[in-house]
Amino acid sequence: MQAEKRETTMDRVSKGLARRYRRERWFRLFGLSAIVTSVCFIALLFVSIGANGWSAFQQTEVLLDIHFDKEQFDVDNLSTANYGALVKNSMQALFPDVTGRSDKRELNKLVSSGASYVLQKMVIKDTGIIGSTKKIWLPADDEVDMFLKGYISRDVAESARRLNDKQIGWIDQLVAEGRLEKKFNTIFFTAGDSREPELAGIRGAVAGSLFTLAVTLLLSFPIGVATAVYLEEFAPRNRWTDLVEVNINNLAAVPSIVFGLLGLAVFLNVFGMPRSAPLVGGLVLTLMTLPTIIIASRASLKSVPPSIREAALGVGASKMQAITHHILPLAMPGMMTGTIIGMAQALGETAPLLMIGMVAFIVDVPHGVTDPATVLPVQIYLWADSPERAFVERTSAAIMVLLGFLISMNAIAVFLRRKFERRW
Amino acid sequence: MSPSILLLILLTLASFAYMQGKRRAFSLTGPEVGSSRLHSRPGYYGMLTALWCVLPPLIVFAFWMAFSDSILIAMAMKALPNSLQELSADQTNLLVNNLRNLIAGHVAARDIDPILQQVAEQYIGMERISQIALGVVMLVTAVFSMSYVYRRIRPEMRARNHVERIVQISLVLCSTIAILTTIGIVLSVLFESIRFFQQVPLTDFLFGLKWSPQMAMRADQAGSSGSFGAIPVLAGTFMISGIALAVAVPIGLMSAIYLSEYASSRVRAWAKPIMEILAGVPTVVYGFFAALVVAPFIRDSGELFGLNVSSESALAAGLVMGVMIIPFVSSLSDDVINAVPQAMRDGSYGLGATKSETILRVIVPAALPGIVGGVLLAASRAIGETMIVVMAAGLSANLTANPLQAVTTVTVQIVTLLVGDQEFDSPKTLVAFALGLLLFIVTLILNVIALYVVRRYREEYE
Repeated sequence: MQAEKRETTMDRVSKGLARRYRRERWFRLFGLSAIVTSVCFIALLFVSIGANGWSAFQQTEVLLDIHFDKEQFDVDNLSTANYGALVKNSMQALFPDVTGRSDKRELNKLVSSGASYVLQKMVIKDTGIIGSTKKIWLPADDEVDMFLKGYISRDVAESARRLNDKQIGWIDQLVAEGRLEKKFNTIFFTAGDSREPELAGIRGAVAGSLFTLAVTLLLSFPIGVATAVYLEEFAPRNRWTDLVEVNINNLAAVPSIVFGLLGLAVFLNVFGMPRSAPLVGGLVLTLMTLPTIIIASRASLKSVPPSIREAALGVGASKMQAITHHILPLAMPGMMTGTIIGMAQALGETAPLLMIGMVAFIVDVPHGVTDPATVLPVQIYLWADSPERAFVERTSAAIMVLLGFLISMNAIAVFLRRKFERRW
Repeated sequence: MSPSILLLILLTLASFAYMQGKRRAFSLTGPEVGSSRLHSRPGYYGMLTALWCVLPPLIVFAFWMAFSDSILIAMAMKALPNSLQELSADQTNLLVNNLRNLIAGHVAARDIDPILQQVAEQYIGMERISQIALGVVMLVTAVFSMSYVYRRIRPEMRARNHVERIVQISLVLCSTIAILTTIGIVLSVLFESIRFFQQVPLTDFLFGLKWSPQMAMRADQAGSSGSFGAIPVLAGTFMISGIALAVAVPIGLMSAIYLSEYASSRVRAWAKPIMEILAGVPTVVYGFFAALVVAPFIRDSGELFGLNVSSESALAAGLVMGVMIIPFVSSLSDDVINAVPQAMRDGSYGLGATKSETILRVIVPAALPGIVGGVLLAASRAIGETMIVVMAAGLSANLTANPLQAVTTVTVQIVTLLVGDQEFDSPKTLVAFALGLLLFIVTLILNVIALYVVRRYREEYE
């Protein structure tokens, strides 16, 4: 009689099964948590940028009664009149009991230094207002803006604040009188760069970005498509073609700052092109996006079935005619999506443009491809370095604008791909 | 006669040439036969004429744009009095700059040197003459070549072949731009680096342990003498990239495995776009996020534990850089994991393995070359990354293994050295090109190794 049972394979397997299933569950959880972590990172990024930036779309403005005193305009040139005095007089009229030079200076600091330029533009546009008194909304100083948005707290000791108690008292009085309000920040969208945060806008940077991107698109799309067509259709399979292909794959992986060094050494030093111009930036970005466009175009050319080519050749077309009349139009949707994605990458590039000088402080809005300009990512970088507290929210708002552009470009690419893609 | 107007005139001339060529082809065949006697379709004859009308003047134009400025400046400098002609190279450069400013009208009226003003006016006059000369030469060339082709149009002329040959040549020229770019990068960086290595020996640069590129301009100036040892900078780069890879490889690989093996198609439908969003965010945004949120958070939590954390720690920059690289590792691994044939998975399930055992023992070893290649490419991307480290990492070159301290990387040093206003010839600025050469070589080697690994060890399934 058998006293003990021998252990069967099934027993051994069943003993280890629970542990293996437990390990399986842990592994699956690990994978899921990896995805959840990535999603959380993105969510954290967007939420923190958004939380910092949404308040930048409002700007504090102060309502002043400006009396365009005829005596101030007794000069030959209207633009040299003392507009600052007009602002000072109206502030004095609102707070008649403020005496003493340092007190008056602190009172005047509540209004932005750009207010006098607003008045100057009004007078030059319509000289008839000289002599009248008007109620005008003028931008307030960025410290006042920060206080009203809650970034400067009353509870902190006076010496650790940027606004002292007297100024806070005047601000409270203005708010009570309804003269200090937050309005939509049009300056952010209509002005160029400035050292004063309340006067700084992204218009110059957006114009520079548009010019640079236009140059990049005009140059990289034809050259990229031409190279892809040549490599795919005409090139013989020899060493030279292999070299070109290896080159293109390498260029796709070169760090972007090396392209900046190339632009600096060749375009600026050898060719003598204007520094910091969208033309040079566009040339450097063209070299960077060419590999992307070439690789995407080759993939879409490969996806066109050979029957189309053979049918065209059979009807009597030459090779070039078959390509230009039949294959290229069918491959065009893929090429366009690749180009849009390449443009979206070029829009966010900063490092190579820093090398060619787009890091300068440029106030004017560029009007052509040879005017000195800056681009939106470089503007973000410059503002991120500035010490004023108000620039933090403006940088975040500029990032939101940049991300908005990028998301819409990628959405257009996805839409085009869905609409025009054909499954052969 | 600005260049753009000249180009516009050329374009209208080209369309005129097109119409004329086409009409000539039609007129040669006679009314009763029609265009069937022509070798090519009539449009090709017009296109041939138009191309010959446009291309020679464009070549003239390109030469003029490239060389006219330097020739005119040289001629203007010859007109200067002798005393000003024998200056050192720097002073000549300054003089040329002043001249250019005068020509562009950027100088205030009271600062004008009368001699230079005279030369500037001469330059402006000569420039006007050269522009008119350019216009005349371009028009003459256009008309000449156009009429040359026009005369040669016959019904048997193989216009289509000629046009196609011209198009093919232009395609080849476009393809060489990729090679020219690589040659340009190598030459430009190499040239300036050689100038640097003439002043600072190569061994000092590659093996020196002290990085402090401030050079004293005068003998008595206080300040360190320049030491250009690249080891601390390289160590910083590798430390930050190491942290980034330590973050990105587990998360990227695991998410790729989960998405391709476990996830339902619904989850895949929204998870993949989100990973692509991670890849599409510009690096400036990551840098700002690192400087604004991550670095203070790490510093504050470090202080909770009593550690001394720098506000520009390598950990902050490395973490955010790792997040940025996750999509690279994830999408490359996803491709190779999907390429493993289903038969291997089925065989493993048939033997009774669980899903995780299949993945760990069958699929990952099969896909390992591709995964390793992906990780190497991600590493080269991390090493070459600029904006995150410029905004979140520091400037002082510490040779340390502590991730809580501030280190600097190769790309930060390149940006800092070239964005300042130092003279271009001093070793201070030239060392940036040497660093750029180092960076290029390192990333090139990594890419070549990645390609080699993938190609050599890749399993070929049928």
